[in-house]
Amino acid sequence: MTRAQTTPTPTRVGPGPTTFSPGGIGESVRRPDGVPKVTGEFEFSSDMRLDGMLWGATLRSPHPSARIWSMDLSRAEAMPGVRAVLTHEDVPGRKVYGMETPDQPVLAWDRVRYQGEPVALVAADHPETAKRALGSIRVDYEVLDVVSSAEEALAEGAPELHPSGNLLRHVRIRHGDAEAAEARAEVVVRGEYEIGMQDQAFLGPESGLAVPDGRGGVDLYVATQWLHVDQDQLAESLGLPHDMVRLTLSGVGGAFGGREDLSMQVHACMLALHTERPVKIVYDREESFYGHVHRHPCKMRYEHGATRSGELVYVRASLVLDGGAYASSSTAVVANAARFACGPYRVPNAVLDAYVAYTNNPPCGAMRGFGAVQTCFGYESQMDKLAEKLGMDPIELRLRNAMKEGTRLPTGQKIEGPAPVAELLEKLREMPLPEGPGGGTRDLRELPGGVSNTTHGEGVVRGVGYAVGFKNVGFSEGFDDYSTARVRLSVTDDGPLVEVHTAAAEVGQGLVTVEAQIARTELGVEKVSVLPADTRVGSSGSSSASRQTYMTGGAVKLACEAIRRRLFETVAERHGEDPEGLALENGSVVSDGRFVVALDEILGAEPIEETVVHRHVETFPLDEDGQGDADVTYAFSAHRAVVDVDVELGLVRVVELATAQDVGKALNPQAVEGQIEGGTAQGLGLALLEEIQVRDGRVLNASFTDYLLPTILDMPPVRTEILELADPGAPYGLRGVGEPPNISTPPAVVAALRDATGRELPRMPVRPEALVGIADGPPRRRPQPGSAGYGTLGSLEERRDQ
Amino acid sequence: MRLSCVVNGEEREAENVWEGESLLYVLRERLGLPGSKNACLQGECGSCSVYMDGVIVCSCLVLAGQAEGREIVTVEGLAGEGGLHPVQEAFLETGGVQCGFCTPGFVVATHDLLSRNPGPSDAEIREALAGNLCRCTGYEKILDAVRLAARRMSP
Repeated sequence: MTRAQTTPTPTRVGPGPTTFSPGGIGESVRRPDGVPKVTGEFEFSSDMRLDGMLWGATLRSPHPSARIWSMDLSRAEAMPGVRAVLTHEDVPGRKVYGMETPDQPVLAWDRVRYQGEPVALVAADHPETAKRALGSIRVDYEVLDVVSSAEEALAEGAPELHPSGNLLRHVRIRHGDAEAAEARAEVVVRGEYEIGMQDQAFLGPESGLAVPDGRGGVDLYVATQWLHVDQDQLAESLGLPHDMVRLTLSGVGGAFGGREDLSMQVHACMLALHTERPVKIVYDREESFYGHVHRHPCKMRYEHGATRSGELVYVRASLVLDGGAYASSSTAVVANAARFACGPYRVPNAVLDAYVAYTNNPPCGAMRGFGAVQTCFGYESQMDKLAEKLGMDPIELRLRNAMKEGTRLPTGQKIEGPAPVAELLEKLREMPLPEGPGGGTRDLRELPGGVSNTTHGEGVVRGVGYAVGFKNVGFSEGFDDYSTARVRLSVTDDGPLVEVHTAAAEVGQGLVTVEAQIARTELGVEKVSVLPADTRVGSSGSSSASRQTYMTGGAVKLACEAIRRRLFETVAERHGEDPEGLALENGSVVSDGRFVVALDEILGAEPIEETVVHRHVETFPLDEDGQGDADVTYAFSAHRAVVDVDVELGLVRVVELATAQDVGKALNPQAVEGQIEGGTAQGLGLALLEEIQVRDGRVLNASFTDYLLPTILDMPPVRTEILELADPGAPYGLRGVGEPPNISTPPAVVAALRDATGRELPRMPVRPEALVGIADGPPRRRPQPGSAGYGTLGSLEERRDQ
Repeated sequence: MRLSCVVNGEEREAENVWEGESLLYVLRERLGLPGSKNACLQGECGSCSVYMDGVIVCSCLVLAGQAEGREIVTVEGLAGEGGLHPVQEAFLETGGVQCGFCTPGFVVATHDLLSRNPGPSDAEIREALAGNLCRCTGYEKILDAVRLAARRMSP
């Protein structure tokens, strides 16, 4: 088997037999790109090649904070096989970029602000030549003091990273009258919590191929989440009009937020325009850790006041997020953290302050859950603490305060449509618990640590924990959030064909499947082809914020409806039918089930094409008290974690994760389950394994050897209950699906660990040393059966006594 | 150097191979077989898994020169004339594919597992696939795929 190597064929599988997987919405339709993905023929961004192509590479700063005095490129330039060596002086247009705040240098000039910041570029015939050329570049750095935490950055007299100061944004929310409420609080719990820096760790590395067009413009084939925001920034930094910077989505190997910002895009285009040859850049895994933003580390201080019967009276919270060296989407992340800081509960009074600061740590930005992940760990830890103090079952406490339709958030925004917090918790409570650790017949592989566990399980304790979380769907705070879809209905030799063209990024989530399902359902046509995503059609916005099925799916639906209207007008005219009674089924127009005319006949040689822009309801910025209808809608999920902890060795086995989630409408049930299971796995990773460890601005574990992702041995079975409570404002009533599982999993796992160990565990990921009390002080109490109100199992010893 | 080996049943040659290149690099960049993937390049993720003389290896950890005269089978070589291999079919059907970057490695590793152990227990499946990372699926549907393929392939 050989492959054509001459053209950078767009990745999305075009028209062809594999494209047509039958099935409309509500069915578990197969992916149209599935066959090439299982045969290895699907072309990811790192797979593209062209004859005469060069390899681009990036020189990165070894220092988290330094001044650049000079650079000597001469040895690199003289190296055989090296075709270009570029620095900031070669950036044709704006020398900085950024989605919201353009504060990040395309290539550093005068200062570097984080370890791994790009400094120079090389293009060479072979990747090894490029790598050696990078090694021969001499940069004269003067190492400067490192601002290594957000607290340090916000302290008096801290060195300033940017002229605007180190405070990137402060979001202040004042709701009700917390001071007056304090008097009514009979029980108060306080806690401090911390969350480490998680990485998206998508498997397909940052990569793309830039192809100069010979007329001063460039075509970029790239793995990204949002083609048009890349195009905007590329046009600025390349100093070119938009129509000379054309982007096509190539195969994307996962994203999870980490591809929202630019990585190699401008660099590859600069090298291609400079050398007048195609240039491919592919990061290796270490570079990938430096090449994209991460989830914000966050420190949280909480105070919850409640009545003795468990009614929340007020919440005070102070959240400090580490934004790293550049803005990325930090200003939006911190606002999410603030808006959802009280959780999906009725909280009549709240004082919330969230800060994000510049530091010399790796830049942080979007990752699945976007600010809501951090605070869910905070408020759910608090709810458990409060339940314990009240001697109440933690589910009862949550049910008592559960948000419902009509509840007002601390921003004053009223929840429209179902908010099934109580229903989700009830569903979880109804699910049977997995069997306990099995006595003498226990398989060694089922011990925490597996066969590496050196004991016979005598220190193994089971714990159970619950958590519920929520977040916004779509972009908030007045952002003009829209998606464009172009749909064309035509007749081919094989009958009617629908072509769907959008710029929305398929990143693995299955958007291409859903787009085809919608078109099939709306137009009653079996053959639907989803065209490659590119910038020849209007923006679809980002594949993020759980928004793409809602926004682009909604745009496809509207475009199909527009086509249907035009078609029915023609049918009404020519066949004297009432257009109101017409429908499309199996390639025909019908009226009350009666055949009227075949699509082939009515369309003839004249296709119908419609391009439609779909906007969600208007949202509004927060005012100075953090009040405003900032969000479109919300999505909710709850998790129950069952863990076995070896309390002597600090080893954990997650026995089961159960979850209930409201998805409004499951357009593709199998894909919905896939999102829930995948998000749950990333949540388990955050709770137990995943942290980019940063010391004095330096990353200690930029590899898959040292940054631990959950393997198939770490992931337990996931028991899933899907609710479909229609969101009245959404296409088909659907809600976003992707992010919620990542929000409610981590606190559920940590709650289960607390249940098993009796320790406070205020920080995640929870390390073995914290579980055995080395990092966390002695246990507050001995574990008691059912002590936290959850499980019925305590330590083995206690169970023997029973 | 010049490299000769049999890949997916065909004699293949690559010219001007630099001695430091991995088998993965040669497959992807010189032989037009990018199905084997480059997620970690240090033997942690399994996305580059291929057979070398019938033994599954991480091709990123094999120097190209070590493949001289050997027989390599990549994910591109698993589907037969009649269509997809049952393992590939099962991954498609159960939803074991999302972004697909890990899929070639999982398909090869599952193919290997089922050729050694046609009726694996869940614990055996987990053990056999513990060297393959997936970031999208949470592995649940991958387990479904392996179970389904095993059922279909058993006589």
